[in-house]
Amino acid sequence: MSILVDQHTRLLVQGITGREGLFHATQMQAYGTNIVAGTTPGKGGQTVLERVPVFDTVAQAVRATGADTSVIYVPAPGAPDAILEAVDAGIATIFCITEHIPVLDMLKVVAEVQARGARLIGPNCPGATSPGKAKVGIIPGSIHKQGHVGLVSRSGTLTYEVVQALTDAGIGQSTCVGIGGDPIAGTSFTDVLKLFKADPDTHAVVLMGEIGGGAEEAAAAYRAEHMPNVPMVAFIAGRTAPPGRRMGHAGAIISGSGGTAEGKIAALEAAGIRVADAPSQIPGLLRLAGLRPD
Amino acid sequence: MKLQEFAAKQLLVQAGLPVPGWSVATTPQQARTQAEEYFAAGAGRVVIKAQVLVGGRGKAGGVKLAATAAEAEAVASAILGMDIKGITVRRVLVGAAADIVKEFYLAAVLDRAAQRIRIMASAEGGVEIETVAETNPDAIVSVLAHPHLGLLDHQARQIAFAMGLGDRWKEAAGIAKGVFQALIDNDADLVEINPLAIVRTIGPDGSVTEALQALDAKITLDDSALFRHPQLEQLRDLDEEDPVDVEARGLGLSFIRLDGTIGCMVNGAGLAMATMDLVKRAGGEPANFLDIGGGARSDKVAAAMRLILSEPSVRAILVNIFGGIARGDEVARGLIEARAQQTRDVPMVVRIVGTNADLAAAILRDSGTGIEAASSLDAAVERAVALAGVSA
Repeated sequence: MSILVDQHTRLLVQGITGREGLFHATQMQAYGTNIVAGTTPGKGGQTVLERVPVFDTVAQAVRATGADTSVIYVPAPGAPDAILEAVDAGIATIFCITEHIPVLDMLKVVAEVQARGARLIGPNCPGATSPGKAKVGIIPGSIHKQGHVGLVSRSGTLTYEVVQALTDAGIGQSTCVGIGGDPIAGTSFTDVLKLFKADPDTHAVVLMGEIGGGAEEAAAAYRAEHMPNVPMVAFIAGRTAPPGRRMGHAGAIISGSGGTAEGKIAALEAAGIRVADAPSQIPGLLRLAGLRPD
Repeated sequence: MKLQEFAAKQLLVQAGLPVPGWSVATTPQQARTQAEEYFAAGAGRVVIKAQVLVGGRGKAGGVKLAATAAEAEAVASAILGMDIKGITVRRVLVGAAADIVKEFYLAAVLDRAAQRIRIMASAEGGVEIETVAETNPDAIVSVLAHPHLGLLDHQARQIAFAMGLGDRWKEAAGIAKGVFQALIDNDADLVEINPLAIVRTIGPDGSVTEALQALDAKITLDDSALFRHPQLEQLRDLDEEDPVDVEARGLGLSFIRLDGTIGCMVNGAGLAMATMDLVKRAGGEPANFLDIGGGARSDKVAAAMRLILSEPSVRAILVNIFGGIARGDEVARGLIEARAQQTRDVPMVVRIVGTNADLAAAILRDSGTGIEAASSLDAAVERAVALAGVSA
């Protein structure tokens, strides 16, 4: 098994005829992801990637193809509406790759997504890959190896760095999920930990956090209470970041006394999670934490 | 984007909130003329306040009272040009000094954990809310506004009564709603009035009136929403921003200057932070945070290199690119192009992995530029620290 995406995923790509959308749809399909449809208003009736039908609306695409998961490559001004269009059409799992969405829009969108029982991952996230099964988003497929470590991260390329380190060390992954670097996101670390806890194929977890907010602390508290025996290793980016400056991600900012790397590391260690000083230490720490070889 | 006090007050006035009149002066003479007007209108004293975006300006001597126009000029002369935490004061706010009866705190702020806008208030105004939160958390009252329904009337009343403003609850509840509305209307993630004060004014006929007024204001805008508020872009204070930051923003790069000697060029914010952390761990000091973003086209790489080299203290450059969307060979070409234009001989260590990494390594090796390639991130960091001449 795995979480969020697998070989049964029926994927819809919103914004499939745009430059980003088409590029990544090609990559996802080449990885083996089952892309059943795409949407771009006004481009309905076209076919892309040899066999993928394009629809004007998500509702049409769902009716015609049974799509159950969507990934959004729509520019920021239209992305909140794209998320809600997917919710309205009954899509259960929505990945929003788009960055720079206004935070007040996300407050409304996240409230609506939750009220309707859908799941949103992102925005400003790289997506998720279940190695050997499916990749949804922009994570390069070549870095993965199928296995039993679940990885959840607020970053993009830092995630790739760690996945590559795991793969190079012979440690495979069940699912790698990027939840995004924005202050308001649809899915938190804790949400993903709950999914990993219920997944028999995930034997250990890597959590890649960064400065800002309190999501890492919440995840630490969840682990201490609900999954104390699962080997878990974390890394926090931004130990050297100065307070009050936004480190690229809108969510990565130390404000007042909250959101510091020290506070997060202390909370994680108190919950029995080993915290790496460098990404390259993560494979070794996973084994120390009790991960058995595949 | 943080706003100066006078700009924040402008937005409060637009939201219908009570703010006493003010003027902005850039010279002592201007401050004097403005002070004369406030005195002519009956002010007993005027207040002169440094307009800077850093906290603690009062303690630093950036807020002063004056009893005469001449004194106002002298005070403004002392404050203008003053250095407050590395920022030179270029503007002062001038206004009639308020006769304060009692101070309160009121703010609307994005609460990330609750995924709501939180309205916070306290009867202990005029001090940092974080201090109140630590010393007397019960003195803070807060409510969460619904994302679709907004701040409801009864929530605003709850705030008003909890602040101890029961005898003027309509006025206080209206202000609470106004603060929330100012946040919504401007796509802000913080609107803070501290202090909100009951101010006594004596009319020309000697009659005494008391009313709530916003005496200081802090607003932070959501950068991602500025596209729908083009008029707010004019409120950006370019004087107070590092020119390199401004140039980086124009190029679509995320850049923050730091104090060290090792220039860092990385794709992705998380990886950029982690790279800085590793430099520090290896005994070096990063000179900057720089995320060149997803595509990492060669022209962007070259522009990023110019930014890094504009800092004279940079003694080595560390490039860390994880090619996913970014193609390694394109980054390598950009680096060679930048190297050709480089006016200063600074050693460069490059680590490129992922898409077309082998091609990138070959391009760098054959370029004859002396750019060093590193096989791992740890090795690249160690080499950059050594090249910068800091003992690891």
